[in-house]
Amino acid sequence: MAEFSNLSIKETISSLKNKDFSVSELVDFHITSMESGRELNAFITETSDIARKKAIDCDQSYLKGEEKPLEGIPLGIKDMFCTKGVKTTASSKMLENFIPPYESTVTQNLWNDGAILLGKLNNDEFAMGSSNETSFFGEVKNPWKNIKGNFTVPGGSSGGSAASVAAGMGLASLGTDTGGSIRQPASFTGTVGLKPTYGRCSRWGIIAFASSLDQAGPITKTVKDCALLLNSICSYDSKDSTSSQKKIPDFEKATDESIRGMKIGIPKEYEADGISKDIIEYIEKGKEWLIESGAEIIEISLPHIKYALPCYYIIAPAEASSNLARYDGVKFTHRVDAENIIDMYEETRSQGFGDEVKRRIMIGTYVLSSGYYDAYYLKAQKVRAMISKDFKEAFSKVDAIYGPSTPSTAFELGDKKKDPLEMYLNDVFTVPVNLAGLPAISVPVGLDRKNLPIGMQLIGNSFDEESILSIASCIEKSAKFDLNPNRWWINE
Amino acid sequence: MNNLIKGETGDWEIVIGIEVHAQIVSNSKLFSSASTKFGGEHNTQVSFVDAGMPGMLPVINWVCVEQAIRTGLGLNAKINNYSIFDRKNYFYPDLPQGYQISQFKQPIVGEGSVTIDIDDKKSKTIRIERLHLEQDAGKSLHDQHPEFSFVDLNRSGVALMEIVSMPDISSADEAQSYIKKLRSIMRYLGTCDGNMEEGSLRADINVSVRKPGNELGTRCEIKNVNSIKFIGQAIDYEARRQIELIEDSKEIDQETRLFDPKKGETRTMRSKEEAHDYRYFPDPDLLPLSFSENIIEEIKSKLPELPDNKKERFQKEYSLSTYDSNLLVSEIEIAEFFEAVAKGRDPKIAANWITGEYFAAMNKLDFSIVDSPVSIDNLSKLIKLIEENIISTRIAKDVFEIMLENNEDPEEIVEREELKQVSDSRELEKIIDNIIANNRDQVEAVKLKPKLIGWFVGQVMKETNGKANPKLVNDLLNDKLN
Repeated sequence: MAEFSNLSIKETISSLKNKDFSVSELVDFHITSMESGRELNAFITETSDIARKKAIDCDQSYLKGEEKPLEGIPLGIKDMFCTKGVKTTASSKMLENFIPPYESTVTQNLWNDGAILLGKLNNDEFAMGSSNETSFFGEVKNPWKNIKGNFTVPGGSSGGSAASVAAGMGLASLGTDTGGSIRQPASFTGTVGLKPTYGRCSRWGIIAFASSLDQAGPITKTVKDCALLLNSICSYDSKDSTSSQKKIPDFEKATDESIRGMKIGIPKEYEADGISKDIIEYIEKGKEWLIESGAEIIEISLPHIKYALPCYYIIAPAEASSNLARYDGVKFTHRVDAENIIDMYEETRSQGFGDEVKRRIMIGTYVLSSGYYDAYYLKAQKVRAMISKDFKEAFSKVDAIYGPSTPSTAFELGDKKKDPLEMYLNDVFTVPVNLAGLPAISVPVGLDRKNLPIGMQLIGNSFDEESILSIASCIEKSAKFDLNPNRWWINE
Repeated sequence: MNNLIKGETGDWEIVIGIEVHAQIVSNSKLFSSASTKFGGEHNTQVSFVDAGMPGMLPVINWVCVEQAIRTGLGLNAKINNYSIFDRKNYFYPDLPQGYQISQFKQPIVGEGSVTIDIDDKKSKTIRIERLHLEQDAGKSLHDQHPEFSFVDLNRSGVALMEIVSMPDISSADEAQSYIKKLRSIMRYLGTCDGNMEEGSLRADINVSVRKPGNELGTRCEIKNVNSIKFIGQAIDYEARRQIELIEDSKEIDQETRLFDPKKGETRTMRSKEEAHDYRYFPDPDLLPLSFSENIIEEIKSKLPELPDNKKERFQKEYSLSTYDSNLLVSEIEIAEFFEAVAKGRDPKIAANWITGEYFAAMNKLDFSIVDSPVSIDNLSKLIKLIEENIISTRIAKDVFEIMLENNEDPEEIVEREELKQVSDSRELEKIIDNIIANNRDQVEAVKLKPKLIGWFVGQVMKETNGKANPKLVNDLLNDKLN
C-alpha cells in the first residue's frame, strides 16, 4: 500500500492513467489513512461516503478517457470553505452544526476538475491562531514529533490541512492564509504551501476572517502539485468584487523553468535576532543552492517591515470584529436562549466563541471605535501602504524575495498557548506578504536539530506566482528533503 | 415670509434639516440579485448575501449606481466619480450581517440644491449636503407569535439613497414643500417611486429652535416619519415642545425621538448616551466605486425635463400662471396628461379644466391621473367643444359628469342630449322678445337698476335649457333693454 502514500498528485495521475490502480482503490487507501490517523485530529468531518461514491464516477471517466485534470484526486478541505451539504464549522462552536446550502467557488473549481472531497479539516477557530490550538474541536497534532518524542503543533491556522498532507491523509489540501496560515503550517510540517496574490482566488464561499487579507491556497507534498492545484483553484469570479481578471498562466510550466539569471533579494531586515541557528544555517545553504542554479543574490531593504506585525494585529481584528458580527444567534448559528435580545446576543457570543476569537473581536472593536479610529485603524492603513511601497521598490530590483518562513520550527503543544504575543511573533515573516497582497510559497528544506522540518519562504511580485514556483522547485530539487515523518500514530 | 412662532418670551425660529431615505427604483437589490418587489410573502426575496450567510460577498448593482448619479444630477449636485462603501456596525435582529453597507466619508453625490415655492411669487433654495447609497435593513415582526419576534428579510439589502439637506428649512410648511419637491424630482427621474405608504420614502427630521439671530439650539432627531401630513405635525409638535422646555428653563436633551401619529406627539426613542458607536470603516469586500466622467455625461444627456424647467416652459409656451404651472408640473403624470390634452387646443382652457373640474372630480372619486376615468382624447374633445363655442362652460360641466361615468365621447353626448349651444341670434331674439312682452314690470325695473338684466338672462336660459350662448344673450338683451 505504501506506493500510494509516497506518490505526488502528478505521479498518481499518471498511474491512474496507466491503470496501475483505480480511483476507488486510491480513495479507499486514503480513507484508511484518514481513519487510522484520527489521533492527529486533523479532520473535523470525514466524508468517506461522498468520496467512495465519486470515486466510482472518476473510474468511469478514466475508462472512457474523459478524465479531467485532477480526476480522482482525494483532497482535504479546510473547514473555512463552505461545502454544499457538508458541515462547515470554521472550527467554532458557533457554527458547530452549520451546513451550507452552497459551495465555495474555489472548491467548486476543484470538483469541476475531478478532485474528490475526502473530509473537512481542522483549523484554528475562524482561522485565528498559529498553532491550531484554538479550535473548538481540539488541537491538531503535528505528524512530526520532536527529538524528545514530544508532540508539537502543526502550526496554524491551517493546521489540519498541513498535518493531513504530511501524514498522507489525502494527496493535498486547501488552506486559507490571512497572515501566514498556509505557509507557517506548511513550514512546520515539511509540506509545500502557497498563498496566491490577493485576488487570484475567489473568496466567495470562504468564511471570512479578515477580508482584505484572506486568500485560499494549496498545501501539497511537492511544488509541482502546488502548481497543479493552483491551476485549478484560480479563477476570476464575478461574485467576488476583489477577484482579479488578470490572465491565469500555466503554473505547472513555471515549475520546470530555469532560474538562471533571476535576481533574488534577501532583505537585510531579516537578519534580525530571534531566528533559530538551524534556520539561519539553512538560509545560507539555500543561498548557495540558488547561486549554483545561476541566480543572483541581491541585498534589499524593506524598512517598514518591522511595523508589519502591529499593523496586521490592528487591521485583521478590525475586519474580523465586523465580519463575525453576523454570528449573533438570530439566524443559522448556535443560540443561547435568554430573557431578552441583548442577553441572547451576549450569552450566545460568550459561549459560541473561544478566547482567541473574543480577544480579536475586542481588539477590533476597540481600534475602530470613535476616538481611537485615527490613532489605530487609520494609522495602520498608512503603515500598510508604506509596506506595500517597500515591496514595490524591492521588486523593481529583484524577481523574488527569499528568506525563512518562520523564526523557529514547530513548538511543543501547549508551549505558547498562554502567551498570545509570543504566538503572534510566529507570523513575523509571513504577515507582511498578506498586507501587501503578494504571492508567497513555503518550501521544506530540511530538518533542524530537534528533527523538525524547516521551511523557506519565497515572496513574488504581484501576480507573479510563476517566479516563486520556479525558484521553489529549484530549492526542492537541491534540498532533497525526505517528506515522510515517522508514522508513530499507526503502530499502536 | 414669517415663520416665527410666538412663545411666552417672544418669537422663536425653527431650524430644520431633513435626511430622506429614498428607495431606488431597481429590479434587484443594491448588492444582490434578489427581487425588490413590494408585498411578497415573508422571506421569499432573500439571497444568501441578504441573509448574511457565511462567506457570501456583496457585488454592486450598477443600475442603482446610475440611479444615484441621475438623482444627484436632478439635485444640481456634484457627482463624485470616486466614492467608498463603508460598514456601519451595529447589532439588530433584522440586520443579518451585523453591519449595514453605507457610504460615510466619501459619498457618491456631494453638494446640491432643491428649490421650493413659498408662494406664487417667492421661492427658496434648500441646500443639499450629500446623497449616498446604502442598504436597507429587514423588518422585525413582533405581532405574529406570543413568544417570538420574527424577521422578514425581503427588504434586507434593498438600495436606498440617503439625501441629507442642510438646516435651511424654517417651518413645517417648508419641510412639506421640500419633501414634495424632492419626491417630484425623483419621480420625474424615475429613481424613486416616492410611495410613502410602502416605505419607499421616509424622513428623519432634525428640529431645533432658537431666538432669531441666536446660535443654533440643541436638536432632536425625529426618526422615520412616513407621511407628508405627519412631517408637518411632528415638526409643529416638536418645536412647541422645545420652546416650552426652554421657556420653563429646562434643558433640551439631544436625542432621537419617534412620532406617534395616533397621539400626534413625539417621544424619546433613545438618548444621546444610548447612541451607537457605529465604528464605520471601508468595506474590504468592495472596491471603491469609480466611474468615468463619460458615464456622468451620458446619464446627463438622457435626463428628462425636470419640474423647474417644465414650469418655466409652461409659463412661456402656454402663457400659464405660476399657480397653474406649479400644479401641473407637480407630478410628471399630470404634466404629461396636460400636454397631451392641450395639444392643438387652447392651453389656458385645458389648464383651467384640468386644475379645476378635472382635479375636483378625481379627488371626489378618489382616482389618480394614472387611472383616469376620462381619456386624454375625450377630454381634449371636450376642450375643443368649449373652445369652438359649441357648448357653454356650464353645459360642459354636465357633459363632463356624464363622461366620468363611462368615458363616453363628449361629441356623442352633446349630439344625443341635444346640448349644442344656441348661437342663432334670430332664434334667441324671438325668445327674448317674448319674455320682454310678457314682463313689462321687469322691463321698467331694469331701467332703474341695470343689474336686473341677470333676471332676463336667467329666463332665456330657462327657455333654452341652458343651451343659449351666454355672450350672445347678454349682447341681445343689452341692445333691447337699453
